[in-house]
Amino acid sequence: MGVEIKIEDLSKSFGKQLIWGDVTLTVPAGEVSVMLGPSGTGKSVLLKTLIGLLKPDKGSVIIEGTDIASCSEKELYEIRKLFGVLFQDGAMFGSMNLYDNVAFPLREHTKKSESEIRDIVMEKMDLVGLLGAEDKLPGEISGGMRKRAGLARALVLDPEIVLFDEPDSGLDPVRTAFLNQLIVDLNAQIDATFLIVTHDINTARTVPDNIGLLYHRHLAMFGPREMLLSSEEPVVRQFLNAQKVGPIGMSEEKDADELEAEKDEAMPPLPPIPMQLEPSNGIARRSQREPGAWCRENGVTPPPGSFDQNMSMAPGAG
Amino acid sequence: MASTTATRILAPVGTAGKLFAFGLDVGRGLFRRPFQTREFIQQAWFIASVTIIPTALVAIPFGAVIALQVGGLIKQFGAQSFTGSAAVLAVVREAGPIATSLLIAGAAGSAIAADLGARKIREELDAMMVLGIDPIQRLVVPRVLACMLVAVFLNGLVSVVGVAGGYVFNVVLQDGTPGAYLSSFTALAQLPDLWQGMAKALVFGLLAAIVACYKGMNAAGGPKGVGDAVNESVVISFMLLFVVNFVMSAIYFQLVPPKTG
Ligand SMILES: Nc1ncnc2c1ncn2[C@@H]1O[C@H](COP(=O)(O)OP(=O)(O)OP(=O)(O)O)[C@@H](O)[C@H]1O
Ligand SMILES: [Mg+2]
Repeated sequence: MGVEIKIEDLSKSFGKQLIWGDVTLTVPAGEVSVMLGPSGTGKSVLLKTLIGLLKPDKGSVIIEGTDIASCSEKELYEIRKLFGVLFQDGAMFGSMNLYDNVAFPLREHTKKSESEIRDIVMEKMDLVGLLGAEDKLPGEISGGMRKRAGLARALVLDPEIVLFDEPDSGLDPVRTAFLNQLIVDLNAQIDATFLIVTHDINTARTVPDNIGLLYHRHLAMFGPREMLLSSEEPVVRQFLNAQKVGPIGMSEEKDADELEAEKDEAMPPLPPIPMQLEPSNGIARRSQREPGAWCRENGVTPPPGSFDQNMSMAPGAG
Repeated sequence: MASTTATRILAPVGTAGKLFAFGLDVGRGLFRRPFQTREFIQQAWFIASVTIIPTALVAIPFGAVIALQVGGLIKQFGAQSFTGSAAVLAVVREAGPIATSLLIAGAAGSAIAADLGARKIREELDAMMVLGIDPIQRLVVPRVLACMLVAVFLNGLVSVVGVAGGYVFNVVLQDGTPGAYLSSFTALAQLPDLWQGMAKALVFGLLAAIVACYKGMNAAGGPKGVGDAVNESVVISFMLLFVVNFVMSAIYFQLVPPKTG
C-alpha cells in the first residue's frame, strides 16, 4: 500500500562542502513525487541518504518508525527490503546477463522455484520492453536499455517504495513518454510510494502528484504539483518553466551584477498547468486528485488555459 | 593552517585505522552463512590463472641467482658440500614468500582492486547493498580466502621451481655434483622452515587481498579513481608485505633456533 518517508532536518556535507542542509519533507505514502534540481545539487546524494548508503551529518529519515540515519546495520538491511531502486546508470551486475540480473533479488530473498522465477522475470522484462534481450550482458546494451533493465530488477520484489534516479536521462523522447506512462501505470497497479529524481520538466509537469525543488544547498519548495506549477517564487518558476531569466545561472546561482542586469526583463507569464498523465486503463490512481482541486482549496487562480484536455506539452520543453 | 598540517600528517593513521576496521568486518563476514562457495572457487581459479606462469618464471631466476651468489661465497669458504642446503634455506625461507608476495600483490591484488573498483563506480556495490546483500560477505570474503589458498600454493610452487632452478644452475653451470646438492638438503634446512614459509604466504595472501578489496571498494571519482585505487593498492601491499616479512622472519628466528650443520 506504500509507505511514507519522513525526512526531518537532514544535512549532508562531504568534508567542508555542504551539499544540502535542513531538508525537511514528507514523501506521502502511495503518491508519485518528483525531486527536481540543477545538476550537482545533490539529488543522487539525497536518494542514497534515503536508503542508508550515505550517512547524513544530522537529521533523520523515518520509514515505518525506523530512523535510517541512526539504525543498526541489521535493521538497515531489513528496511531495504521495502525498497526498489533504479540507479542513474542502471547499476546492473556486469558479470551476469540481464535475466540473471533481474532474477538475482528473487534468488537471494525468496524460496521460489526456477520456473516461478522465470515467470516473474519474463513478466517484468515484458513490462519494460526488453523481451528477447535476456541473454545480453549489461556491457552489450545501450544506456537506455540498461536503465530499463534496472527498473525491471527494482520492481521484481514488489517494493513498497520505488526510488528512480533520472529514469529519463539518456532515453529518447518516445521512450521517455512510454516510461512516464509506465511509471503512472505502475503506481496505479502496485500503489507504492514513488520518488523520482529528474531534470526533465515535461516529466515533472505531467507525471507526479508532488514536486520538490532542491536548489542552492537547500530544499526550495515541496508540495502538491499545482502549488509549484502555479508558484510565483522566482526559483521555482524559472526551473519549472526552463527559463534563463531568474536566480539560477550557469554555475549554480547568478551573482548580483547579472541579477541587476536582468532586473527589467520581466519574467514571462506562467504557462498553463497541464493535465496529469492518466493510467492507460483510464481508472484513476488512488492518490490522484481532481485537476484544479488544490488551486480551488487554496484560493489560487491557475494560469489561464490550465487543465485543458488538449494541452499536454510544457512550452519550455519544446 | 596548523590544523590542516595536522590533518595531513594524521591522514595515513586514519587510513590505517579504516583498513584495520575493514579487516575486522571481513573477519566477521567470514563466519556469516551462506558461504559463497561458487564465488570462492571462481576467484581461486582466476587468481591462480593470473599468477601461476609469472610465478614460475620469477622463481627460476630467483633460484639461479641464489645458487650463483651462495655458490660463489661458499666456494671461498670451502664449504661446497652445503650448496644445496643453502639454496633450499634461501629459497624456502625467503625467496618463496617474497616472490609469492610480489605476485599476489602485483598480479592478484591489482586484478581484485580493478574488479571491485569498477563495480564500485558503476554503483554495482550500492545496488547490491540496496538489494539487501552485504558485499563484504558476498565478494570480499571469497576473494580473501581464495587469495590465501593460492598464496600457499604459489609458495610451494616457488620452492619447488626455485630449488630445481638452483639445482640445474649448480650442477650444469657451476660444475657442482648432483649428489652433494641433494644430500646436503637437510643439513641446514629443517621442517619448521617449510611451515614458516607457508605461514608467511597465508598472511601475505590475507593482507594483499584485504588491501586490494579495501582500495577497490573505496574507489571514487570515475574511471581515473579505479586506476588510482589499483596503483595505491599495489604500492601499499608491497610495503606492507615487506615489513611483515621482516617481522615474521625476526620472530621465527627467535622461536626456532637455526640448525647447526
Ligand atoms: N562520495 C562523494 N564524495 C564527495 N563528494 C561527492 C560524493 N558524491 C557526490 N559528491 C558531490 O556532491 C555533489 C552532488 O552530487 P550528485 O551526484 O548528488 O548530484 P546530482 O544532483 O545527482 O547531479 P546530476 O543531476 O548531474 O546527476 C557534487 O558536487 C558531487 O561532487
Ligand atoms: Mg545524479
